[in-house]
Amino acid sequence: MVRLFVYLMIVSVSLMGGVASTSAQESVLLMATTTSTDDTGLLDYLSPLFTKETGVTLKWTATGTGKALELGKNCDVDILLVHAPDAEKKFVADGYGVNRKEVMYNDFVIIGPPSDPASVKGKSVSDTLKKIKAGGHPFISRGDDSGTHKMETGLWKLSGVGVPDKEAFYVQTGQGMMATISMCEEKKGYTLTDRGTYIKYEDSQGGKPLLKILVENDDMLKNQYSVIEVNPSKCPKVKSDQAKAFSKWIVGKTAQAQIGAFKLLNKQLFIPNAR
Amino acid sequence: MAYIGNGFLEAFFLLIHYDPETYSAIFATLLVSGYAMLATLLMGIPLGFFLGYFNFRGKNQIRMLVDTALSLPTVFIGLMVYAFLSNKGPLGHLELLFTLEGIAIGLTILALPIIISLTAVSAENTDDTLRITLISLGANRTQVLLGTLWEIRHGIIAAALTAFGRVMTEVGISMMVGGNIKWQTRTITTAIALETGKGMFATGIALGLVLLSIAFLVNMVVSSLKNKTA
Repeated sequence: MVRLFVYLMIVSVSLMGGVASTSAQESVLLMATTTSTDDTGLLDYLSPLFTKETGVTLKWTATGTGKALELGKNCDVDILLVHAPDAEKKFVADGYGVNRKEVMYNDFVIIGPPSDPASVKGKSVSDTLKKIKAGGHPFISRGDDSGTHKMETGLWKLSGVGVPDKEAFYVQTGQGMMATISMCEEKKGYTLTDRGTYIKYEDSQGGKPLLKILVENDDMLKNQYSVIEVNPSKCPKVKSDQAKAFSKWIVGKTAQAQIGAFKLLNKQLFIPNAR
Repeated sequence: MAYIGNGFLEAFFLLIHYDPETYSAIFATLLVSGYAMLATLLMGIPLGFFLGYFNFRGKNQIRMLVDTALSLPTVFIGLMVYAFLSNKGPLGHLELLFTLEGIAIGLTILALPIIISLTAVSAENTDDTLRITLISLGANRTQVLLGTLWEIRHGIIAAALTAFGRVMTEVGISMMVGGNIKWQTRTITTAIALETGKGMFATGIALGLVLLSIAFLVNMVVSSLKNKTA
């Protein structure tokens, strides 16, 4: 019995080992990026073009910016395409990344019920947040340390209100953007969303959304995306040649034009602004 | 709620028209579940049988530990496996992060306590007269063991199906360790999470139905095998 048992253990362990050794890695560039670039279909649109020009296959894992940066710190990806400038600068300053380049931006909007109980329509971001807080109107926050959430907490600070972490009107969902918009709809509240997700939400509601854009085109709402190569001197195994190729390609003329031409439900989403 | 009706229609469409993304996710799901179930059964049945059949010191304490492990949250398993498989982790050199095999390791950790615990319960509950009968028929020690194992086969099958259900429908480990990479580590469940995040609720429901159909097929096969050996 004991012998049979030991035998079975050895077989199963070696099976796992065999499984492990068969995972030969093909030569691909692995990118960590934010859900917005994946959910909108931008990467599905760009990656074949990149492969065609450089012969490098692009694979990506889409997560919040916080986790994407963490994956970079742990040398688990080769390159990052993220949108949280302050966190990115710190990432580079701490030596985890090199060659941070601005690629494109999209913008955020503040949405809420058309009845607009806080009467913020057309106001500036600062005034809007002040009024929402003063009136105690529900504000639905991502609360997940994503790029969007970082943007939102930054706006509260810049408006001089401070992040209302524990106040009753401030609801932190800890979920993705679309789930947060759904909750906002149920609570008839306000939320900050990237325009891309809003366009898709609008479309999913058959053009009759229960939440409307109330505040937009404020400079504070610009959302800058940058590409950062994971530092090869910290992570020797990182595919730095392919990462460099991607970084160079995405800020190049062709890719920039293609980003500008990308449309979601006939609306332009990303404005290329590489220098 | 037009989602539900649309979901049914779309599920049908995805399967009939051989949608490559869906089939890639189905394939990934079957592969990780297959690896995980194979490893789990090979390790879990002997361990569970040992734990239930024999009496030894510390048996109850081990049982308690195994039963506690039944409550391991999948996200926690995912994080732990990630920490080990990350390039900064102790097993980083195996390059298992963001692979199906990496997911399978996490799923094995998830399923192992289920198999061990349920097999142990079956082994413990065998009628003592079975042992006496087998011995009186002239069976030696090994034959008694194998005879008992055969008698509890239905319990083991039930354990395996429970574990399979858990493994195939799991999201946390697959997301964290696999990274939901298209054409590679995107399983049906992580695809559902993605589609839901994209607001494509009908597609999410469709994929859920696809998953259920696979589970139904597996259960059908197992049940027909069970009837043959009954």
